[in-house]
Amino acid sequence: MSLDNYLYLSALLFTIGAAGVLIRRNAIVVFMCIELMLNASNLAFVTFSRMHGNIDGQLFAFFTMVVAACEVVVGLAIIVTIYRSRRSASVDDARLLKL
Amino acid sequence: MNGTSQMLVYLIAIPLFSAAFLLLGGRALDKVGHIIGTLASSAAFVIGLLEFFAMLGRAPENRGVTQRLFTWIEVGNFNVGASLFLDQLSMCFVLLITGVGTLIHIYSIAYMSHDHDRRRFFAFLNLFIAAMLLLVLGDSYLSLYVGWEGVGLASYLLIGFWNQKPAYATAAKKAFVANRVGDVGLSLAVMIAFVQFGSVSFSGVAEGVEAGKASSLALNCLGAALLLAAVGKSAQFPLQAWLGDAMAGPTPVSALIHAATMVTAGVYLISRSHFVFDVATIAQTLVLIVGAITLLFGAIIGMAKDDIKKALAASTMSQIGYMILATGLGPVGYAFAMMHLLTHGFFKAGMFLGAGSVMHGMNDEVDMRKYGALRKYMPITFVTFGLGYLAIIGVPPFAGFYSKDKIIEIALDAGGAKGIILGSITLLGAAITAFYMSRVMLMTFFGSKRWDAGTHPHESPSLMTIPMIILAIGSVTAGFIFNMGDRFVKFLEPVFHSEHGGHGEKAHLLPPIVVSALALTAVAIGVSIAIAKYGRGKEIPTVAPSDVSVWTKVARRDLLQDDLNEALFMRPGQELTKALAIVDEKVIDGAVRGVGSLTLDVASGVRKTQTGFVRSYALWIVVGALAILAAITLVTL
Repeated sequence: MSLDNYLYLSALLFTIGAAGVLIRRNAIVVFMCIELMLNASNLAFVTFSRMHGNIDGQLFAFFTMVVAACEVVVGLAIIVTIYRSRRSASVDDARLLKL
Repeated sequence: MNGTSQMLVYLIAIPLFSAAFLLLGGRALDKVGHIIGTLASSAAFVIGLLEFFAMLGRAPENRGVTQRLFTWIEVGNFNVGASLFLDQLSMCFVLLITGVGTLIHIYSIAYMSHDHDRRRFFAFLNLFIAAMLLLVLGDSYLSLYVGWEGVGLASYLLIGFWNQKPAYATAAKKAFVANRVGDVGLSLAVMIAFVQFGSVSFSGVAEGVEAGKASSLALNCLGAALLLAAVGKSAQFPLQAWLGDAMAGPTPVSALIHAATMVTAGVYLISRSHFVFDVATIAQTLVLIVGAITLLFGAIIGMAKDDIKKALAASTMSQIGYMILATGLGPVGYAFAMMHLLTHGFFKAGMFLGAGSVMHGMNDEVDMRKYGALRKYMPITFVTFGLGYLAIIGVPPFAGFYSKDKIIEIALDAGGAKGIILGSITLLGAAITAFYMSRVMLMTFFGSKRWDAGTHPHESPSLMTIPMIILAIGSVTAGFIFNMGDRFVKFLEPVFHSEHGGHGEKAHLLPPIVVSALALTAVAIGVSIAIAKYGRGKEIPTVAPSDVSVWTKVARRDLLQDDLNEALFMRPGQELTKALAIVDEKVIDGAVRGVGSLTLDVASGVRKTQTGFVRSYALWIVVGALAILAAITLVTL
């Protein structure tokens, strides 16, 4: 099986994730879509690693996972806090940071 | 050729430290300030005398002495040492400055006794003495420049000594600004000298000129720049307008600074730079023209002034015109210019002190129309002023006769039409001088009493009359002593390297005795016109008559010099300033404000994109990422 298919899958997952971030209002869903994008890029990293016979890509996949884990911890905490104070998890409701 | 002397620095240091001490000491020194100041000046005079006798003890060729103080500026090849240099020319000035200066210090003790700022006055006088000595003792144009600025400062401070009166403060400012125009000339001269000769010392420039290092154009520019400096400091045409107003200062200041010493610094500068003017013929001709114009200019103004001090100031201007004219005549003239400078120092300082004495007795009245018949009330002032008067108009055997007569003689000998024109101008000047000085005499000491009510004229205290008497003795004898066997000319000969020995054999246009006769005739005509107009039985109105000819009106207005300056420089200057202010406001400030408001406008437009919606930010990120991708793709294709 050609390695290209992994890249197509990665691009598809990334596009779905990006579209989700842009379209959905629920913060949790937006968050999951970001995870999807991160994992899509992980898949691309690993694929390129395989294609070039070089281990750097796999190494970067681990970095991404660590960053993603940290991000989830902080991000979910923020979302939960916002939900507690405002009774809403819509990203469009939290729009006070503007001029 | 030159010896050294370790004393020179004290000439300058003593008055300088005294000035600093008096200024820093404050009110605590009020009781002794005048004594300290006078002692400092006297000490300088004593040192000057010691140096003079030491100088006479040396052979004429070895009379210059130097004292090296320290290295002042050292940049690459450019090396200026702070050195003092005393030769016969500086010696004349040192004795004049410290001698007349000390007499005027003594006079001021009494004259300023009612002024609660007398200590400050003496501090400024000492500052002036120190600066003027530095001016004549410096061995380079740069040292001279320091002294030059120093005397300008002292002059400014002393003219505006009573600066609580706005008119006096303005007069001080006017003198300072006019001097500044001249100072530009001096700084240009220093720069030209450095560029052309790589040296700013007198000896370095003299050697450079001799070696032909500079083109004739450069030398003429150097000469013209020096002349501009001299014109500013010595109140010569066209920068003479400040001198009349400078009479706002206390009278001893007018006597010392604006008659005897500072205003003659221009003559010193030109004489000191004789090596430049001897080869720069165009500049030398300019000197002649300036001298000739000013000598008539001052004399004409002098005829119309009713303020005794302003009449004397106009006369100073005119007499310095004589000196400048003499320096413009080349090697033959320098010594006579110096001789006239010294005799003028005596009689003009004496007359100013006399005028001060009259004012002292007349409640500070300066209008001669309100004097009259004072000879009975102020006999000593009358006699000393009278001797000065006889000296200035050039009656033999008084001092002015010898010096002025010589100048007329050499002017006539200048050759051809030039000689005849210059000779006629000097003779005409002598006649006018005789007229206006007689007018001053007659209006002040003769005729009827025209005093304001409540005026009780009285003779001044002896502290004031003694300096006047000494100066009067100088006015009587100086010319005769200087002229005895051409002793003064021979004394100065080594400085100017001139062949005065050959002077006697040179063909004269007119024999000296005829010249003297002509000069005396001119004087007699001037005096008799004055007697006819202001003498016995003529009533002098106490208010200047207004139905006079247009010429008198013009002369009363200083020959329109102020109006000319105002129309040519002040008004256009003001317009230029206004235009520049508009440029500053509209263009420069406009650009600065424009940048600010442009940033503001752009920002307030762009900030609308900041909606607070996270998803729209995300969209922008995606758009940006796609744009970068597209750009990379386009570039790599």
